[in-house]
Amino acid sequence: MQPGKGTGSSERTDMAPQGGLIGSDLGAREGTQDDVQRAWTVLMDVMDPEVPVVSVVDLGIVRDVSWHNGHLHAVVTPTYSGCPATEFIEQTIEEALVNAGFDNPVLKQRLNPAWTTDWITEKGREQLRAFGIAPPVGSASKRSLLSGEDQVNCPHCGSEHTERVSEFGSTACKALYRCNDCLEPFDYFKCI
Amino acid sequence: MTKYDDLIEYLLRVGDSAVVKGQRLCEWCGNAPALEEEMALMNVGLDLIGQARNWLDYAAELIDDGRDADQLAYCRDERAYRNLLLVEQPNGDFAVTMAKQFFYDAWQYHMLQGLVESSDERVAAIAAKALKEVTYHLRRSSEWVQRLGDGTEESHQRMVAGVEEVWRFTCELTVGDEVEQRLAEAGVIPAPEAIAEAWKATVSEVLTAATLTVPEEARSFYLNGRNGVHSEHLGILLAEMQFLQRAYPNATW
Ligand SMILES: [Zn+2]
Repeated sequence: MQPGKGTGSSERTDMAPQGGLIGSDLGAREGTQDDVQRAWTVLMDVMDPEVPVVSVVDLGIVRDVSWHNGHLHAVVTPTYSGCPATEFIEQTIEEALVNAGFDNPVLKQRLNPAWTTDWITEKGREQLRAFGIAPPVGSASKRSLLSGEDQVNCPHCGSEHTERVSEFGSTACKALYRCNDCLEPFDYFKCI
Repeated sequence: MTKYDDLIEYLLRVGDSAVVKGQRLCEWCGNAPALEEEMALMNVGLDLIGQARNWLDYAAELIDDGRDADQLAYCRDERAYRNLLLVEQPNGDFAVTMAKQFFYDAWQYHMLQGLVESSDERVAAIAAKALKEVTYHLRRSSEWVQRLGDGTEESHQRMVAGVEEVWRFTCELTVGDEVEQRLAEAGVIPAPEAIAEAWKATVSEVLTAATLTVPEEARSFYLNGRNGVHSEHLGILLAEMQFLQRAYPNATW
């Protein structure tokens, strides 16, 4: 769900803490659509620790923000099962929400549907490229097991003459490439 | 060994296999033949540890005796581990490692494809996540098996020896036991026969492309990882992996 398009699903409301109205923020009232929108805006400034120029919203990690029982609920989906940054990201999101005045925000992890690079926004892709990381090419939902890698252009000079050095780069989400024109190595954000 | 409900048993099998495989891969840290290869092996290991955590988190919730996923991984004895025999085998040279990895990846790939359809929502969710990662793993290990098998005389010989070394442990990948049969009937997991058939097809395709002979189907023998009867290698692996938590219980950092 994208910012401003409604409050979305009720994510396990039975598990919500007994916040009640008194414990909630903003002068003990129920949150409105404006508060949800404000939370999205706050999260737009929370950057991914591995790619510090792209926000958790543009990476598609934040799936839903809604208001239940006097507390803001945010649904977060991990990029990779073993991503060591997952806990750190969740902690950062929580801190940002608390600092913005949301009292005891509730963070939920959602595994299904699994995160896909298709969820990275256009803005996020531009920011990746500007940071020197080639954004994912093509659609994750349309690839088969042994299909070759798509054409990846060099984020530095735009050249198409690139080659893959390693299926895995410095983190699980990236592969390592080399540009045969400007000769610079670069990371490619793998399409999953 | 304590016997749990079928689902818990299964979660432990899948989760323990991922833990042990991840730990074995970590042994290549600082020893891999090339820097890129080392990063790849570590990343695959990291994916597996993450998957293990998802499976063991769920197992711990169902066991519900106060232990969490960490305690299941770090404080259970060898006999309580349900991992496949294949994954506990020593790394050997790079060809042995890749043979093991390929057989395991192919098994995971076909199993997870079925688990995505599980009647258990949580299982389906964990599987969907893991499947994306394992697809990459399988692609990579298949490529290596082919590159080494269909490479130089030396690399071909090594790959032949690698397959020979671990083949007998693949018996567990192609034979389901009564726990798995019951879960399959309940729609929680895919039929073991279906996984076995798909696994054999992938293995045969890749080995043939690698100019390697597909060995005769491995037969069960006296060891049984799923029931905690392991080869001599698991205890040593766990001794190293569990040392810190055993020596300094509940240590954190
Ligand atoms: Zn370039």
